[in-house]
Amino acid sequence: MILETYPPDTSRFLKQEKNQFANPVGNTISLEIEDIYEELLHGRDSEKLSHFLDRIIKIRAIQDFSPAQAVVFVFHLKNAVREELGGKIRNDQLFEELLEFERRIDKLALFAFDTYVKCREKVYEIRVAEVKNRVFSLLKRADLIGEISEQEPDIREKNIDSVT
Amino acid sequence: MSEDLSNVPKPDELMRIEHKPPRKGWMDVPVDFKPGTYSYPAKAKNLKILDMPNPREWSPTDEDWKLPENWKEIVREGFKDRLDKYRSFQLFMDICVRCGACADKCHFFIGSGDPKNMPVLRAELMRSVYRKEFTTSGKIFGKLAGARELTTDVIKEWFYYFYQCTECRRCSVFCPYGIDTAEITMMGRELLHLLGCGINWAMEPVANCFRTGNHLGIQPHGFKDTLEFFADDIEDLTGIKINVPLNKKGADILFVVPSGDYFGDPGTYTCMGYMMLFHELGLNYTWSTYASEGGNFGLFTSHEMIKRLNAKIYAEAKRLGVKWILGGECGHMWRVMHQYMDTMNGPADFLEVPTSPITGTRFENAKSTKMVHITEFTSDLMKHNKLRLDPGRNDNLIVTFHDSCNPARAMGLIEEPRYVIRKVCNHFHEMPENTIKEQTFCCGGGAGLGNDENMEMRLRGGFPRGNAVRHVQEKYGVNRLACVCAIDRATLVPVCDYWAPGVEVTGVHEMVANALVMKGEKERTTDLRGEPLPGKEEVEDE
Repeated sequence: MILETYPPDTSRFLKQEKNQFANPVGNTISLEIEDIYEELLHGRDSEKLSHFLDRIIKIRAIQDFSPAQAVVFVFHLKNAVREELGGKIRNDQLFEELLEFERRIDKLALFAFDTYVKCREKVYEIRVAEVKNRVFSLLKRADLIGEISEQEPDIREKNIDSVT
Repeated sequence: MSEDLSNVPKPDELMRIEHKPPRKGWMDVPVDFKPGTYSYPAKAKNLKILDMPNPREWSPTDEDWKLPENWKEIVREGFKDRLDKYRSFQLFMDICVRCGACADKCHFFIGSGDPKNMPVLRAELMRSVYRKEFTTSGKIFGKLAGARELTTDVIKEWFYYFYQCTECRRCSVFCPYGIDTAEITMMGRELLHLLGCGINWAMEPVANCFRTGNHLGIQPHGFKDTLEFFADDIEDLTGIKINVPLNKKGADILFVVPSGDYFGDPGTYTCMGYMMLFHELGLNYTWSTYASEGGNFGLFTSHEMIKRLNAKIYAEAKRLGVKWILGGECGHMWRVMHQYMDTMNGPADFLEVPTSPITGTRFENAKSTKMVHITEFTSDLMKHNKLRLDPGRNDNLIVTFHDSCNPARAMGLIEEPRYVIRKVCNHFHEMPENTIKEQTFCCGGGAGLGNDENMEMRLRGGFPRGNAVRHVQEKYGVNRLACVCAIDRATLVPVCDYWAPGVEVTGVHEMVANALVMKGEKERTTDLRGEPLPGKEEVEDE
């Protein structure tokens, strides 16, 4: 389901290529989603979950998706469970369990939102760091750093002189 | 963006969320220029300096790109001219059987999932026009024969995707016909330039290079100051005052580096590394304030521009009367030096076959170009035990090596950098086989794309590399990514920061200089970056 959010030619490749270095996107997604599912089933700690989630969202946060599209896969889990286990849930009256499971998914969705924002912030941070680094080198080269504060008072005095 | 209210979606449209992308043919999907995924266009002033067509202020997000009135004719003529001139181009347009071997080999496709980044489809953007304009079947059957009209949307698409290819040539390694997609990209960019559609991150360096000799526009006195500044830092570190030979007539060797080495960290440490090595050897060499740039963004512009910018190298070697040329750690510079310089601006029959004055080794591989790569030179010194080395000084580094695309694929420089690294580091681990050597993954920012406005696209393209780095980081604790390319030293920093935080980037000769035991040096307590050497942490604290 997650892989189908990509264009058809791409999702075919993401599903077929099994080498983790030749197909890092497909492999990360299938590996981590399994781990996420396991953790959810057992209702385990949130730290591990956010680690697995981070790996997937890091990728989708810089791909051609809107924020909603990037994290929507979390909700796909609900569909998957309902589609696969719908009959059993109805027959065995497991609605309470289902609600509990879906509550965990909702919590996961909030994590996903946090993670997504963190990734986007990182991208902007990296971009700013790169520009800053470049400007700093330029200033250093032009000998502008350190001199400005010393010269400033002189300039002001001169200006005052010329006015008066 | 259009302000037209009729384009605003209705509430019930907004309620429908479709997660699957629409199933449309690729010809029917127009380009959407989103911030973070394209480079800013070339400024008019830079095009004017270079006498290039249609200088103007414009933006890819504009509806009207202010193309020349007869733009179609210009592209058609330019296309025809290049088909006649380059037989390889004609062949690449005709020969592809769409076997798909290249499709999943591009780092931009792997990282972005955009099908138009499959090299076969990227080339198809041009082939479809070629069929319509130049083949009978295309003229008659149109879309059925894979042909399409040349429209402004096609030009926009070319601009978007030909500036989303780093010309790394990984795909061509896998093509059974040997189609070089990088050359198709080069042709695409040449045609775009005829309409004045280039990117500023490539054209500003070209314009600077044309006037001052280097990408950054650093003038001779600035160049001299910079190198002397490094010499002072080296003296602080080692207690040794080293000479900076500049424009020295009669030197044996002319040394040429990419300007990234003396401009931005961490390249500057590599530059200091060269200086320390040459001083230790007592090499009779010289820097040049004219040939102050080995890099050549003409490679990302046009064949004529490569030649124009490269001409200074042999000219300066002749003026100074050197015997041969030595080149620093750079990627694309070596594609130019190795594959084009000789035929474009040679023959350099006034130079000698490069011979190491220290070991006597004759570099037969450089018999024609007369130019040797620094890691060939240094590995030869090490092979002959000409250097005193203390690799323990690099014991805090757990190193892996990123093969830069051009040295690996365009000149076959695979073993020399590894030999050097192993001599100066005790902890070296390779990344997985299908991500290194000839199959190396690009940094995602080559060919003029390493600008900050394009960051998102760079991170997509850098993911396959970043993924492999993270793998060795988790498996072996790798904390340093070594490379022999100035663009890499700039662009892999964000790639690591995002995909494998904690891994820093280094040049090979930075590590050489750290390990190099120099005659008469004082006891070193820090490395070139001013960080304490292993075992010297307490000394630093005191």
